[in-house]
Amino acid sequence: MITAEQKSIDEIREMIVPYKRILALGCGSCVAECAAGGEKETAMLASALRMAGKMNGEDVGISEKTIDRQCVKEFVIQLDDVIDQYDAILSLGCGAGVQAIADMYPEVPVIPALNTEFMGETKDQGYWVESCIGCGDCMLYYFGGVCPLTRCSKQLLNGPCGGSMDGKCEVNPEVLCAWQLIIDRLTNFGALDRLEMIYPPKDWSKKQGAGPRKIIREDQQGSIS
Amino acid sequence: MSNLKKVLEIGKFAVTAECGPPKGADPEFVLKKAKFLKDKVDAVNVTDNQTAIVRMSSLAACCLLKAGGFDPVLQMVVRDRNRIALQSDILGASALGIRNVLCLSGDHQIFGNQPQAMGVFDLDSIQFVQVVKAMRDNGTILGGDALNMPPDIFIGAAANPFADPFEFRVVRLSKKIMAGADFIQTQCIYNLKRFETWINMARDKGLTEKAFILGGVTPLKSPGMAKYMKNKVSGMDVPDEVIKRMEGVPRDKQREEGIRICVETIERLKEMSGVKGVHIMAIEWEEVVGEIVERAGLLPRPVV
Repeated sequence: MITAEQKSIDEIREMIVPYKRILALGCGSCVAECAAGGEKETAMLASALRMAGKMNGEDVGISEKTIDRQCVKEFVIQLDDVIDQYDAILSLGCGAGVQAIADMYPEVPVIPALNTEFMGETKDQGYWVESCIGCGDCMLYYFGGVCPLTRCSKQLLNGPCGGSMDGKCEVNPEVLCAWQLIIDRLTNFGALDRLEMIYPPKDWSKKQGAGPRKIIREDQQGSIS
Repeated sequence: MSNLKKVLEIGKFAVTAECGPPKGADPEFVLKKAKFLKDKVDAVNVTDNQTAIVRMSSLAACCLLKAGGFDPVLQMVVRDRNRIALQSDILGASALGIRNVLCLSGDHQIFGNQPQAMGVFDLDSIQFVQVVKAMRDNGTILGGDALNMPPDIFIGAAANPFADPFEFRVVRLSKKIMAGADFIQTQCIYNLKRFETWINMARDKGLTEKAFILGGVTPLKSPGMAKYMKNKVSGMDVPDEVIKRMEGVPRDKQREEGIRICVETIERLKEMSGVKGVHIMAIEWEEVVGEIVERAGLLPRPVV
């Protein structure tokens, strides 16, 4: 999922200063899963903003609404009927959600309430960790299901570096050495020979090409109702 | 041609030392430091923004040393430059008469004085070695475009026999040599036993015949320095007996003890089959290198 964290209330308040009627818009997908921008968090943020506004004697109306996915047009169009009532949208979606809304409503300011962090997994309650950088050319097979581009601090494809000690990365003892994990995993299922070859330089054009990356699938285009 | 290469190829036990560029633009600083190394070593490594602290560029300092009559080893880390810049600098270095390059990953940017910097790591050190080799031997850059003149570079890489996982350390050395490393400089050796196990494993795989391996040494100044290296520097192995030895002498004799340990280590390295030289990293203590080389019986340096 895409993970995010809420910005500080002060930063959010600074950004909404020019607006009187604001819609705090939650997103029911990834950011709900990581407890940053779901229905509950949207209600909490809206009420915190109302309270702060009241204490400062400001005349600001904050409404709230949560849609299933801010990043999918089919869900965003739910706002068509209400958008005129607001000066600005305070989006609790990820960066994709914020931009999808901005794209749909060119006249309406959209303010991000979250800092989008990474693609990752939920390790435990309240604990998320990055596990994929979306390089566009998955190499997890070769590395036993551990991604060195995401999890090695130096993104080595031919690691480990000289800073691996007791399974930890030199950068921070809380960081596990991705290469120790790779070697352990490949050893477990007898595939350590995958590391005998030299992996060539990564083709970063698949991640960082010209402008935003796109996926266009004609087979899917026909099926959209 | 690289003096280091010549010394190694005639079978002499080579001596290299490290010289860190200044945190400033003073060319005299570089030459002043290097003066201590004159006629004491075969080549001088110039570090590349080591510990991710901004310093005079390694290439510029190498040029100053070259003009001062030294054979510089240009250290290049992949932390700060992408493949375009790295390849371009290799060509530039060769054009300026730099004949040795040590290809490194580099200390992570978080350790230095620019922790907010973007870590590039476009290539890793092994890929970088491979790229330099293809430039030199095939006259091509990545992607296959031909160079109108290939660089003339003696290619080096680093090895750390003391990091984990130990069994994989020789595999990694072998990958670096397979990639094209002509010489290897190792992490500082304090645990000779572990180093010997590593070099024996490398020899069994025939690696000591395929590349010149230089053992790294760093003279200790104090027991505090030994403890710092043991506890704070990842991938360093300083055995307790070395710390005890440093602690066992009075304060004013500690530097002498550090030099003595260093000289003894070099004596042992000279006897080890497969070790073709020593790389002395006297951190901010270049003035001691001459004494170490002399006491280790490695003077005069061969003129080739």
